Formats: sequence, C-alpha cells, structure tokens
Amino acid sequence: MTTETLAPFDTVASAIAAIDGGPTAAITSAAPAPVAAPVKDGQVETKDLLIIDYSGDLEKVWATMILASTSAAMGVRTRVFVTFWGLQVFVKDTRRITGENWMQKMLSAMQRPGISHRKLSKMNFLGMGPWMMGRLAKQYGVASPKELLEAAQAMGVEFIPCQMTMDMFGLKPEDMIEGMGEPAGAATVIGLMTENSTPLFI
Amino acid sequence: MPLIEITQTVDARGLSCPMPIVKTAQAVKPLPSGAVVELLATDVGSIKDVAAWCRATGNELIEQTSDGAVYHFVIRRK
Repeated sequence: MTTETLAPFDTVASAIAAIDGGPTAAITSAAPAPVAAPVKDGQVETKDLLIIDYSGDLEKVWATMILASTSAAMGVRTRVFVTFWGLQVFVKDTRRITGENWMQKMLSAMQRPGISHRKLSKMNFLGMGPWMMGRLAKQYGVASPKELLEAAQAMGVEFIPCQMTMDMFGLKPEDMIEGMGEPAGAATVIGLMTENSTPLFI
Repeated sequence: MPLIEITQTVDARGLSCPMPIVKTAQAVKPLPSGAVVELLATDVGSIKDVAAWCRATGNELIEQTSDGAVYHFVIRRK
C-alpha cells in the first residue's frame, strides 16, 4: 500500500534528482552518503566562507556569530561582510547616538547600536523577548553573540564593513569596534563569491 | 594499549554548540604537532561535531567515550 503510493513520487523525485542532483536526492535514499570532499594531508580541502551579515536582528546576528566562529575553528578562512542593518551590530556598545545629520542620528536613536542591544525580529515585546532569550541562553550554556564575536575575532575572522552603508549611516571608523577590517564594496563581495568562497546571506 | 599522555584538557561541560568546538580549536592551535588534547563536553551535538571538526582540520580523534552524562574525546594534533 505504502510502496504503491510512494512509487510515483519516487520516480518523479529521482528524475528530478537525476537532472540537477539537488536536495531531492536525499529524499529518495534512506541514508544519504557522506559528502566526498577532496582530502590533502589528511585534511579536507575547503573553500573560504563569506557571510554577508545584512540583518541586525538578534536571532540572525546569533546565527552569523555561531557560523563564523565555528567556521574559523574548523580552519576555514572566514570573512563577514557587514552591511546595512548589520553594521549597527559592530558599533561599540557604548555609543548611543551616531551619525552627522538629524536623520542619521534619529536612526541610531530609534535603534540602539551595539551587539549587546539587538532586538528580535519577532516577539521582541519592548525588550522582554531578548531578555528572556538571554536568560535561556545562560541557562543552557549558549554563548552570547558578543562572546562568539570575541571568539571569532580571536580566531582570525575578518569583519569587513560596507563603505557605502557607513557613509549613508554617517558611521566613522572610531564608532566601530576594534579589529574591523578595511571597508570595501559590492565588487569585493562578488569577487570573493565567484572566486573561492561559499557565500551565505544572513 | 600504551598510555597516552594528555597535554591539555578542555573543559566544555555545560557549554552548548559551538563552544566545545571553538574552545578545542583555540586550545589546540598553539600546541605542537602530536600533542594530545582531551575534551570534556555535555553537549549531545558534540558527538557528531567533534568528529566533523577532526575530519575538516585533519586532527585525529583517538578515543571517544561517555559515562552517560559527560562525553570524553581524546584528540591528537596534526
């Protein structure tokens, strides 16, 4: 009975899998085979990792920091291109108002910059959400985004700010945390993506 | 089996992903090749993650045991 109902689906799925070899391949096989990566000196040869940190939301910043620190720990050269709302994450926690004109100042006034002042994209409840999230994290031994950022920096993750957004938000290098890389632009990102980096847009 | 001399112990008990891996990587980095590090962790995910980390970095996972609550890994630096 079950096999009969599944048979047409399997045929379609394996046909698709045969065409693009995509994730549908995993659905049809009970136990997906481990990825065969080229190995050199007993070490898997890896591409670089490029994370584009676009969001300033707490949960996404957390994901960025977890992946960046783990990637560096695994010996992968890791870069994080920081742009738009992501830039506010890398402003010093102690800075309250940033920017030169009233619009830039208002932007920072309405959205406190700094990695310790992130809001959740949902269930923020005027800061109640992040506070509870922080308590849960502590209870379950989950490192905070700030701790993960420090670990990532210690392991050599490069954080590259977007020059264009820095200008638009009126952010100066002295507003940013220590150890940020040289600002760059879209061409740098596309160049890395198309050369030897796996890109992740968060 | 000859007794393995542990160079350093990483205590990641009570820490969640990815800290056991991050702490191990940081501990292993300055050590000479052949040094042996033991990792103590309570994160269930570390069973798979430590193996994946060793595979990616080329370090050798010599031993992996558990007393139920604590996972014990012995890693030899590449």
